[in-house]
Amino acid sequence: MLPLIQNEVVLKNSWLSMAQFADIIAVAEITPGPVAINTATFVGYKTASFAGAFFATLGVVLPSFMLIVLLAGLVIKYKDNKYLKSAFSGLRPIVVALIVGAAFLIGRETVTGHRDLIYALAALLLMVKSPLNPILIILFFGLGAVIF
Amino acid sequence: MKKTNDFQTCLKLLFSFMKIGTFTFGGGFAMIPLIERDVVQKYKWLTTEEFIDMLAVTQCSPGPVAVNAAVYIGYRITGLPGAFAATIGVALPSFAIILLLAHFLLAKGNQLILQEFFKGVQPAVIALILSAGIEMGKKSIKSRYDLSAAVIAFLLLIFSPIHPILLIIAGVISGVISRSLISKNEG
Repeated sequence: MLPLIQNEVVLKNSWLSMAQFADIIAVAEITPGPVAINTATFVGYKTASFAGAFFATLGVVLPSFMLIVLLAGLVIKYKDNKYLKSAFSGLRPIVVALIVGAAFLIGRETVTGHRDLIYALAALLLMVKSPLNPILIILFFGLGAVIF
Repeated sequence: MKKTNDFQTCLKLLFSFMKIGTFTFGGGFAMIPLIERDVVQKYKWLTTEEFIDMLAVTQCSPGPVAVNAAVYIGYRITGLPGAFAATIGVALPSFAIILLLAHFLLAKGNQLILQEFFKGVQPAVIALILSAGIEMGKKSIKSRYDLSAAVIAFLLLIFSPIHPILLIIAGVISGVISRSLISKNEG
């Protein structure tokens, strides 16, 4: 999505310069929440203050909202259709593979050394074996990195 | 009776997604394990299978996965009001936090702290997604066929340039074919 946003915001409409956009992306990736919403809110704010932020965020959310309501409605309506059921059951292992694969793909990009790998494995151990809320574990790792 | 329950559920959706939206670091995808914890394990609004089906639909749709998931889950549970509640929940924390940050302009020094935090969080986020995927796999992969499909899909995803959408289409086709094969044998 980011290249598309860049195309609209910087190239087509010249609302922001490339440098300003790059700064925004840097912040949007670090702050909690989906990058798309963070970026939209930030770009909207820089361009047209609060109203800009509101409408940009609305814009990024609305198409998804409408499409998913449509699709979810279809799934609910045809829940007992045998073709849909068999399609979904064929899909489930694929989706699981996509999730596990996503972890590896992200890892491939960001795990740059032995230390990161050890941290990841330690985090995995904690998440699987301990009853701690994973949010706490994530915060712990983040704060640990800041303190040390 | 139903109206109060629906309203309460919508509130729970709102607060649940707000909590998730506030504490998801490392991109929208990292939300999925947290959503699963609340929606499947804590509130039992969806079964693991239904959750995975949701992921299938949201992976195929354009837009941020987190938003798609929120809309889908909200709609599935309490219809349109649920979809609204979940979507507002997932978007509001981001909206508010960014506005605060943008308004009180980040000093360069503070940005460095956030970057360190983010770097530290990354391995943990990977672990989170991995553990969620493994948990979901354990609950949903019930046959050797499923397991081999998952492994093949995984290997293709990691080592080949095949787009995930193609894998999903392959999954749909194999699901429908295997079902008609089964009913042919029985019929």
